[in-house]
Amino acid sequence: MALAAPAAHARAEATYRPQANRLGLWLFFLSETFLFSAMISARFVTSGTDTPEHLNQPLALGITIVLLLSSISAYLSENAIAHDDRAGFIRYTRITIFLGLVFTAGVVLEWQEALADFPAGTIYGSAFFALIGLHAFHVVTGIMALGVVLNLGGKGHYGSEDYWPVEGTVKYWHLVDLMWVVIYPSLYLF
Amino acid sequence: MRALIRAVSGGAGGYVIAAFVTSLITGGSVSDGVPVTFGYIFALLGWLHGIGVWNAWAREWFGLPPKPDNAKGWTRYFTFSTDHKVIGSQYLVTFLVVFLVGGLMAMVIRLELAGTGEGFIDADTYNKVMSMHGILMVAVAVAAVLGSFGNYLVPLMIGADDMAFPRINALSFWLIPPVAISLLSAPLLGSFEAGWTAYPPLSVVAAGDGQLLFNMGVITFGLSSILGGLNIITTVATMRAPGMTWGRLPIFVWATFSASLLSLVITQFFAASLVLIHLDRVAGTTFFGAAGGGDALLYEHMFWFYSHPAVYIMVLPGFGVALEVITHFSRKPLFAYKAVVGAFLTIVGLSSLVWAHHMFTSGMAAYLHAPFMVLTEAISVPTGVIFLSAVGTMWRGKLWMQTPMLLAGGWVFNFLIGGITGLFLADVATDVQLHDSYFVVAHFHYTIIGGSIFGLLAAVFFWFPKITGRMYNETMGKIFAVWVSVALALVFIPMFWVGVNGMNRRVNDYQQDLETANNFISWMALLLGLSFVLFAVNLVWSALRGPKAPDNPWGASTLEWQVSSPPPEHNFPLLPEVVGHPYDYGVPDAQHAVVGGSAKSED
Repeated sequence: MALAAPAAHARAEATYRPQANRLGLWLFFLSETFLFSAMISARFVTSGTDTPEHLNQPLALGITIVLLLSSISAYLSENAIAHDDRAGFIRYTRITIFLGLVFTAGVVLEWQEALADFPAGTIYGSAFFALIGLHAFHVVTGIMALGVVLNLGGKGHYGSEDYWPVEGTVKYWHLVDLMWVVIYPSLYLF
Repeated sequence: MRALIRAVSGGAGGYVIAAFVTSLITGGSVSDGVPVTFGYIFALLGWLHGIGVWNAWAREWFGLPPKPDNAKGWTRYFTFSTDHKVIGSQYLVTFLVVFLVGGLMAMVIRLELAGTGEGFIDADTYNKVMSMHGILMVAVAVAAVLGSFGNYLVPLMIGADDMAFPRINALSFWLIPPVAISLLSAPLLGSFEAGWTAYPPLSVVAAGDGQLLFNMGVITFGLSSILGGLNIITTVATMRAPGMTWGRLPIFVWATFSASLLSLVITQFFAASLVLIHLDRVAGTTFFGAAGGGDALLYEHMFWFYSHPAVYIMVLPGFGVALEVITHFSRKPLFAYKAVVGAFLTIVGLSSLVWAHHMFTSGMAAYLHAPFMVLTEAISVPTGVIFLSAVGTMWRGKLWMQTPMLLAGGWVFNFLIGGITGLFLADVATDVQLHDSYFVVAHFHYTIIGGSIFGLLAAVFFWFPKITGRMYNETMGKIFAVWVSVALALVFIPMFWVGVNGMNRRVNDYQQDLETANNFISWMALLLGLSFVLFAVNLVWSALRGPKAPDNPWGASTLEWQVSSPPPEHNFPLLPEVVGHPYDYGVPDAQHAVVGGSAKSED
């Protein structure tokens, strides 16, 4: 009787959980890609590659650089928690959130200028506000998720063995960044 | 019940407060676009918070211990339960109710069409009832089989104890009641009248602000479909029991997996197109308004990029049910299992490349006609493979003509009619004549009722003993199966004829010489509607008073039949081990799985 294993009614969660989480996240990304593709194709179908002259190109380039930098700090924060470097995790997550907020503030500035030059009732304006709005919504949810993992990480959650929520959030942040890399040229660089 | 009361008050409170505050800020009326939009968003959040998303889930995000609602007995159906069997039952009951409500609207439509001219209701009301019937039934077809039986059976059939993401699963169900409530309460804001397709410019310029609730409700429904699809794919990919290889998956699991692949990605296009309609109505953008330089054809492309493959989200699970039932009730291995799996996956790929066959008369570029015609006709090849499998499985089998088998046979016949008449609509030359006529109405009712609803009905009777632990009444079931099949033919075959003779769809009037035929169709529609009274009586009475069902009344081989009826809380007392193909009927010494440590015989 000593050899009898404890009765299990299913596979142990540890045997499938990491795989399931990763697959689920990537499926979600695939789905999101279709959403952004739909919106970007709407821009090209309605207004072709037309771009108004009054776009604030330096501001757009600036916030693009800020968002790209935030992906680096996000990567460093995931890397830090994977090596049990809690102080590093907190530092880099804070930097990522800060850069995300700078980006959001840049979008707000940009919208105020844009509203004066091309209202939403023009075809370029429609695409501009819808696409950047959709992306900004993703940035804001990303900042909220980063805030959640920062708060929990500060309270001692997560470690090198158990940092899936950080990994998932950071991967999401990279996705948001990647979407901007497609949206920015679609709206500004033609 | 406390959770449900909290959810309802959270939803109502969220709506009133958000709409009121927003109307103060914008300085307009509470029924304007912006207050309604924010009202809906906060109503949804309030509803989810009340039903238990905060307690069972979101508390974790703030480092607080989650407090799941551990209700037992029947009240757990009204909580944020993460048990896939509870969620499957919630889906099933919800969508059967929505199905009957949508059916009542069909009765109203037929009452109006029984004679020419404005009879029972005026033209405006007709448009609204027709739009409501459309969207409710589309929702039923999309989620009734996939959401209910997909959730209930996929973990059982692959030998898992639950879905991969149980809380996301609960969330995808609890997003549904707000959708139903917002669609059914749309008349309060003036209803929606652009049909379930919501084509602009009508959906943008129509006076009824119920269109706002339509947009947001359907976007929410899309979110639920996407999350549900994601969950089923992940569950099948990562949680199969030892020995359950991809080649041993029951065919119903393959069908739900394929439908989930579609719903995961393409639903985003419907969501995006409705977001743009909403922005055009509320935020003053001009995506579809020709006056501002927009393009109404853009909507049709985006919409059909979802809505054509969506037909396959509706029918693929129905195919799975029918093949499952046919193999068990023919006592033969499923014919051409691998070819059927290949056909499912081919349909997934092809179905998203055929959308513009809905637009041959829309004025899109002419060079698109031929490729879309050829691609559309190509999809009849994998569909034909599935038919061949159904017929080949029945061929020289020992057919056991119980209710599920009768309905699966009805599926073969009805979907065949739907499929063959589809060729006339795929072909450009005939489609330009038949477009927007009742021929189209008859065709898609044959495909969706034949492919999806007959699958649903067969599934309801086939798994009724497993889910409720009681047997349905076989005599009533058989009468229903014959009744519904005959009445369906009497309603929809004459519709092909009136369509060819020039009757327009979506219009409440028609030419005088079609009155006799339409009058006949309306009487037969009543006959069809009445069959569902028998259906409802049988199910309700049997669920309450039916005789106790054995664990495996059909002697079926798949895993869900190897546990008690209804299944225990964690599905399997011991981790099952899969040792063979699921459908090896008649193969000596064949066994599908070892459950509970000892082999079960499958005679």
